[in-house]
Amino acid sequence: MYATGKYSSRGPALIPRMKTKHRIYYITLFSVVLLGLIATGMFQFWPHSIESAADWSLDKRSVHDAPLVRLPVSSPIPERGDLGCRMHTCFDVYRCGYNPKNRIKVYIYPLQKFVDELGVPISSTGLSREYNDLLSAISDSDFYTDDVTRACLFIPSIDVLNQNSLRIRETAQALAMLPRWDKGMNHLLFNMLPGGPPDYNTALDVPRDRALLAGGGFSTWTYRQGYDVSIPVYSPLSADVELPERQPGPRRYFILSSQTAIHREYRAELERLKEENGEALLLLDKCSNLSQGAAAARKRCYKGQVYDYPQILQESSFCVVLRGARLGQAALSDVLQAGCVPVILADSYILPFSEVLDWKRASVVIPEEKLSEMYTILKSIPHRQVEEMQRQARWFWEAYFSSMKAIGVTTLQIINDRIYPYAARTYEQWNNPPVVKWSSVNSPLFLPLIPPRAPGFTAVVLTYDRVESLFRVITEISKVPSLAKLLVVWNNQNKSPPEGEKKFKCPECTAIDGLSLDQTHMVERSECINKFASVFGTMPLKVVEHRADPVLYKDDFPEKLKSFPNIGSL
Amino acid sequence: MQAKKRYLTLFSAGACLILLFCFGGIQVPLSRRGPSRRDDHSLTGYHPGARWRRFPGSLQPFSSWEHDQSDDHNEHISPRQKRDANSGVYTGKRCRMDSCFDFSLCARNGFKVYVYPQQKGEKMSESYQNILSSIEGSRFYTPDPGQACLFVLSLDTLDRDQLSPQYVHNLKAKIQSLPLWNGGRNHIIFNLYSGTWPDYTEDLGFDIGLAMLAKASISTENFRPKFDVSIPLFSKDHPRTGGERGYLKHNTIPPFRKYMLVFKGKRYLTGIGSDTRNALYHVHNSDDVVLLTTCKHGKDWQKHKDARCDKDNTEYDKYDYREMLYNSTFCLVPRGRRLGSFRFLEALQAACVPVMLSNGWELPFSEIIDWNTAAVIGDERLLLQIPSTVRSIHQDQILSLRQQTQFLWEAYFNSVEKIVLTTLEIIQDRVLQHTSRSNLMWNSLPGGLFTLPQYSTYLGEFPFYYAKLGIKPYPKFTAIIHVVTPLVSQSQPVMKLLVAVAKSQHCAQVIVLWNCDKPLPAKHRWPPTSVPVIVIEGESKLISSRFLPYDTIPTDAVLSLDEDTVLSTTEVDFAFTVWQSFPDRIVGYPARSHFWDSNKERWGYTSKWTNDYSMVLTGAAIYHKYYHYLYTTYLPASLKTMVDQMSNCEDILMNFLVSSVSKLPPIKVTQKKQYKETMMGQSSRASRWADPDHFAQRQTCMNKFASWFGTMPLVHSQMRLDPVLFKDQVSILRKKYRDIERL
Repeated sequence: MYATGKYSSRGPALIPRMKTKHRIYYITLFSVVLLGLIATGMFQFWPHSIESAADWSLDKRSVHDAPLVRLPVSSPIPERGDLGCRMHTCFDVYRCGYNPKNRIKVYIYPLQKFVDELGVPISSTGLSREYNDLLSAISDSDFYTDDVTRACLFIPSIDVLNQNSLRIRETAQALAMLPRWDKGMNHLLFNMLPGGPPDYNTALDVPRDRALLAGGGFSTWTYRQGYDVSIPVYSPLSADVELPERQPGPRRYFILSSQTAIHREYRAELERLKEENGEALLLLDKCSNLSQGAAAARKRCYKGQVYDYPQILQESSFCVVLRGARLGQAALSDVLQAGCVPVILADSYILPFSEVLDWKRASVVIPEEKLSEMYTILKSIPHRQVEEMQRQARWFWEAYFSSMKAIGVTTLQIINDRIYPYAARTYEQWNNPPVVKWSSVNSPLFLPLIPPRAPGFTAVVLTYDRVESLFRVITEISKVPSLAKLLVVWNNQNKSPPEGEKKFKCPECTAIDGLSLDQTHMVERSECINKFASVFGTMPLKVVEHRADPVLYKDDFPEKLKSFPNIGSL
Repeated sequence: MQAKKRYLTLFSAGACLILLFCFGGIQVPLSRRGPSRRDDHSLTGYHPGARWRRFPGSLQPFSSWEHDQSDDHNEHISPRQKRDANSGVYTGKRCRMDSCFDFSLCARNGFKVYVYPQQKGEKMSESYQNILSSIEGSRFYTPDPGQACLFVLSLDTLDRDQLSPQYVHNLKAKIQSLPLWNGGRNHIIFNLYSGTWPDYTEDLGFDIGLAMLAKASISTENFRPKFDVSIPLFSKDHPRTGGERGYLKHNTIPPFRKYMLVFKGKRYLTGIGSDTRNALYHVHNSDDVVLLTTCKHGKDWQKHKDARCDKDNTEYDKYDYREMLYNSTFCLVPRGRRLGSFRFLEALQAACVPVMLSNGWELPFSEIIDWNTAAVIGDERLLLQIPSTVRSIHQDQILSLRQQTQFLWEAYFNSVEKIVLTTLEIIQDRVLQHTSRSNLMWNSLPGGLFTLPQYSTYLGEFPFYYAKLGIKPYPKFTAIIHVVTPLVSQSQPVMKLLVAVAKSQHCAQVIVLWNCDKPLPAKHRWPPTSVPVIVIEGESKLISSRFLPYDTIPTDAVLSLDEDTVLSTTEVDFAFTVWQSFPDRIVGYPARSHFWDSNKERWGYTSKWTNDYSMVLTGAAIYHKYYHYLYTTYLPASLKTMVDQMSNCEDILMNFLVSSVSKLPPIKVTQKKQYKETMMGQSSRASRWADPDHFAQRQTCMNKFASWFGTMPLVHSQMRLDPVLFKDQVSILRKKYRDIERL
């Protein structure tokens, strides 16, 4: 700006000496500069209008506009994925670095549309609703960065939630084409439905080098403990159906089975249980008279009687979640949402977020082989425990299952905890529902130690200006053998504390002595209590009816044999 | 002139360009936030560096219901077949309980462990001997292989370093010839050292087949989750039983010690595991971060020594290891040749928070211990960040980490027996699956070895978790009166006692345990009460039966009573309200004490009225029902039989048990004066208390019990809990428990 001004002030002196050609040139030049300045001013001072214009055009933004990337047939394919991968071997921790907030930075690749050489897309669905939700939630979280150079974790926008909609080889090629792929290092893939017919692998079949996998339905053989993250299979009903939280307690049915695709061997076993235990069990199947579709997903039938799903889940104490072709079942999410205790029968299944969640408090895991003993096993669980599990189940759903956001952010938090283990969330933070958080007591001094007498104690005496009673306290307390130090806190700005042993007497001292009897004093203290309780959100003080005394206190016993004979004699 | 003009033109054009560029530069971030120019439209939001934004409009769901249905209706193979297939495929390095373990062996007799008989001429290290005798002394042991669910070899597999003198040769052939080996199925193999110089592999030198490994220094690569057990490396001097307590005697606030971070150990100049220790000097500051290494080890260290060796060695000799250990907030535990080192347990015991620098080490008992609560898991790659990392840890967290080291040390590590029992309990939890411990049971006091899930899987049924869960014990108690003399008159003390106890507002029911040889009296002879009275006829008439976990006890609290106890309703009420504040301890009346008799070099027992006590007798005490279960299942048959044979000491044993769990003394509450007189005056109790042997027996018991526990668990207390206004100079009408003061 300054330079321009200087130059134009010199301009007129030069212009007359120029030819017309030049003059025109300069005028054009200046007008361009001037226009530029005005334009800048407009951009600077009307930012709001620009924002809204951007928003308006955003609404028109569509996945179809994503740039097309054509994959050559010979495009490289990543390696299959190393089962031996762990954070210290396959993860580049230097990218995360030391960071005062102890928080990893996550980058999301922009959306691209991958097609093969013939122009056929690599995925039948493209970006799914759920993956869009997941990425959007991550981009709104504290983990997100749009600076690719600062990122510690990279999330491709290639949607691999459902393996069924993918072309395996081409998807792998697309992953390898990502600009920062680098053998999949520090890349995170989300997959909920792995494998395909006939044998249904328990992890995503897409070759992915060293990428971390957040997968639903891991078995103990595919899960790389401490590297992968086991996630739930999201149930769309979570968003569509609102089930109000029910108070824990007994329900109409004891056990409910609501899954529709149960292997006939297991269905036969369940039928047998039903025969033995009658009304306590409710075995539902899909309704034969209803046509397929979204409506069918919301109905279940038993002998012609139609029930609303998932509402019916709220009518049972326990709900069976059996493995199907896959280990991870979306029904688990519905069951938790209903506050029904899941009975999980899926051998070798790695439960969702089991790295941090204590599933024993919210579910019953029974080996598939013991399906026939299910009723007896469940009956042996105390009522109080069932109620707590009902509450815990609902809380797990709310905190970790209820939305793609919850699933995504929990996954990132788990990875974050591995990278900054000293700042990891605690067991209590992960597992205690709010009601427990408020009522539980976790003493900072939890170890039962009986401290030795040798170090003694420090007396801290708070005083305002009642010097006489202060000296009385000091005299008495200094007689105590275990006193190590005496600290007097002089809480008076208007007077300086008495020096040394010099005693002084103030006439008003005795008057103030009566302070604690003052009515207003008590009222003030009651107000304090109410204020504190409201800030704490609860009343933390507890009432007891006992008092600690020495063992022989006031016993009919020779005083000289007592350790603390003077107590109570005042 | 012409040149001047040309320069001028050039200059002005340059200025314009710069200006335009500047303005353009301002516009870039704007266009990044949202597209405004048409020609930009197709690219905005897609170039790298763009912020991810939600795509509006409706997209397809990731899975449709119909699709799921068709998926699952692809008649997948029978689940049973699938399970069978797994066990064929997943063996060796991919072994899991589902594929390599035969659960059916445990279904018949529960979790029983068989130890092969020792063969003559086989050498065995002291450590392995300790492991085997710990198993043989445990409640899991069975001498009958037909009953066993788990098998332990009598061949010493602890040291598989070929260069070690403890190395057992021809192990492969010896194991193959065992008739019960069965390909290693349901076997567990203990190992501390494997591999040898220079690469220290984790190979044991023989085929373990389908056997599980309980191994020290195991890496995550070789560790088979929920199949192997990672155990700590312990020295041959590690005590078999009992074990030393942690060094933390009291908490200091602020929790900082003289040093922030220390280490003292060998430095390997070459070969595996040398990198981390070689780099430690970068972090050493000889002030509060003291990391010392020495090159002096092995015969030919001089040959390999590098430029720093002499300097390092001098610095190394300046510091005393013990002094550093006890005076440091954090202790570095870097990998040695192998992943684990002795430093780990040393730091844990010294309440020096371990800072792990051993990438890929599957930490000891990682399946059940949440190490983040007791250690700092560092990364060898980030060694230079370690000082700033530990300095960033908040005081509160240090305090908590430090206390947790002590809890874990005493709960799982301080003796060979604890290490072995923890290993077995972990496997038992896998076998019993739905009756296994939750994370909280393992990671909070009193720890998994004292919390038996067979009692209940519900945390709220144990005395330990009320505060943690924010719940309260059931507000009533069950009284159990132990009767050994026949009922002859209606004025017998037991009648009065029954009436007084049943009148308590907190009493749910009374159980009379009839351990008398005479037949049960007729129902109408018991006084009428408002609460149910259940009479149980003791089958064995053994004294231990008073501590059986009867199903008929519906409450958390048990009031245990002798038949000649004299108690008033007020006393019972008060004791119960006190117990509600201390549900994990014994709360009651008759107090006794123990002392160390230095002349006889043994423990003594005294019933004298002194200023302190360490036991509250179960003739009149309230405690949690869970202790009945622990008494019956946790204690060894040897101690219970001894008690039954003498009909004595059951109350002392109960106090030992409860104090070893809680690490705290029992609680004595005020008693009415008359109670004291009857207790001292020996009323109807002649049979038991007048016996001159009775007292001598109790002395013997004390010492037997202490030797089984390996330590003296009793703790002294000088405190008695009285009602708040007890004997205060206020009107008796204002006192809630006034009857206690009345004579």
